[in-house]
Amino acid sequence: MSPRGQIAIALVFVLVVASVPAWVASDFWLSFVIMSLFYAQLGIAWNILGGYGGQYSFGHAAFFGWGAYATAMAQIHLGANPWLMLPVAAAAGGGIGVVLGWLSFRYGLRGSYFALVTLAFAEVFRVLATTFAVTGAGAGLLIALAPGAAQLQFTTKAGFLYLALAFVALGLAASLWLEHSRFGARLAALRENEDAARALGVDVLRVKLGAIALSGALAGLAGAFYAQYFLYLDAGIAFGPAMSVEALLAPIVGGLGTVFGPVIGAFALQLVAEVARHVLGEAPGLALTLFGAILVGMVLFLPRGLMSLARRRRA
Amino acid sequence: MNYADIVLPSLVNGLTTGAVYALVALGLTLIYGVLHIINFAHGSFLMLALYGVFFLKSGLGIDPYLALPVLAGGAFVVGYALQRSIIGRASHGRDENILLVTLGLSVIVENAALYFWRSDTRTIETPYAFETLELGAILVPVPRAVAFFGAVLVAFLLWLLMTRTDLGKAIRALAKERQGARLVGIDVDHVFAMSFGIGTACLGVAACLLLPMFYVTPQVGHAFVLVAFTVVVLGGMGSFTGALIGGMLVGMVESLSGLFLGESLGQIGVFLIFIAILLFRPTGLLGHRA
Repeated sequence: MSPRGQIAIALVFVLVVASVPAWVASDFWLSFVIMSLFYAQLGIAWNILGGYGGQYSFGHAAFFGWGAYATAMAQIHLGANPWLMLPVAAAAGGGIGVVLGWLSFRYGLRGSYFALVTLAFAEVFRVLATTFAVTGAGAGLLIALAPGAAQLQFTTKAGFLYLALAFVALGLAASLWLEHSRFGARLAALRENEDAARALGVDVLRVKLGAIALSGALAGLAGAFYAQYFLYLDAGIAFGPAMSVEALLAPIVGGLGTVFGPVIGAFALQLVAEVARHVLGEAPGLALTLFGAILVGMVLFLPRGLMSLARRRRA
Repeated sequence: MNYADIVLPSLVNGLTTGAVYALVALGLTLIYGVLHIINFAHGSFLMLALYGVFFLKSGLGIDPYLALPVLAGGAFVVGYALQRSIIGRASHGRDENILLVTLGLSVIVENAALYFWRSDTRTIETPYAFETLELGAILVPVPRAVAFFGAVLVAFLLWLLMTRTDLGKAIRALAKERQGARLVGIDVDHVFAMSFGIGTACLGVAACLLLPMFYVTPQVGHAFVLVAFTVVVLGGMGSFTGALIGGMLVGMVESLSGLFLGESLGQIGVFLIFIAILLFRPTGLLGHRA
């Protein structure tokens, strides 16, 4: 698709979602849109490294968790303003991404090994966060209630919707830039064939580090959003495997390495989860059981995601 | 207080738990060595097998050690069928797809277990749970001794299978050269599924040896999967002896770091070994360069 067409679709999407609070009054549906946007943001972050770069991370919770804990801890322990913490959360997620990426890419870890090492890092952070008092240990962290936009605690759902939408728009812009920049072309080249890319003069390590930094920063922002929206965090939420799985689900369902795949995937998955909740009742494990089945089904029957349906019809 | 009085029993505990880790890791390394698949659902299958042992004991009163053939056979059938019906078909030419499918399977199994059985911690009671053997100055609980020798015995049987039977020969041939194996008339899909089945059968055995001294929750597989991966990368992917030694090493490290760092922080020792090996020596202690 032409870049102009993609930008047009992105703009229409942002405008339509921005208008949602004007014609939807129900808190239930506003929450639905907010959570879909949140998972879209997390999925976009994963997609930059996994979809465009072909480096599958099973531990994106590590970046998410650092962003979330940075936001919560700075408010609780230092009294910082959460707005100021947004760039810090992004820097924390991106910084951890660079450290983790430097360690594993420098030694040439690829494929399954990279997936395992990211998962192990997330687990280490989870154990650390459950142990020390500064992270709230096992009890978690509660951010003090201080309603008002100045404290990034909007009194209406619409406020959070706009914040989540802004993050998604940022993520979409980053994905669009990737698709049409030299950096993105190098990233796609090393995904397709790392040795060939290196032979053509691509600095593989540097490009991978750039991708993981960008991916980690966007995931860190998602973490900051989560902390402000729920005002509660614990180690299991922030660094647990569920968040890592949710991060990779949306792009795989929607379409790996596409601009809009993660967004489509996130909305589709949230819809499935809501319908399941409605039909089968609220129960622990239910939504994720379905998500697991969807993941298996997608890889078996539609490995290029929902986006490939649209493409097939046009062809 | 005598230092050796705490450290020595802790080492023995670690060694016996480590033997079970080794058994879990043997299954994983067999699957990896042949199919070059990292089976992410390995821990979840172990959790299922543990529930199988639990329900056989609590529902029908069958002793875990007597349930062993049932569990091993059942796990074999499940593994064989899964490989033939789902996992073998998922690759579409990319190994990452298989990784994703096994991840999906583990998510399904773990959360379905959570849905049906809730996250209660379940244990079984056996008449021999608190009996001990005296080894010099150390007391070893009977279930731990059984687990240790059971795991070593199964490892020995696996070694016999791999070196002395036609199936073992076929498995090793496939591990080395897929195309060549097919050309000399080996039924590749069947042998792949057999390897996967034997790998999961190890889990059935491990579950029977483990539950008399352990517990089961839906999340328990998650704890085991990373430990088993640690054992496998420590010993070298695909190496049997490596898995055996690695398992016992990891068991002892875990036990000691739990002793010195406390219950919560103690888990970190294993993960740190795991990360360090992946980073600095991905071929493991006994593995060969790919």
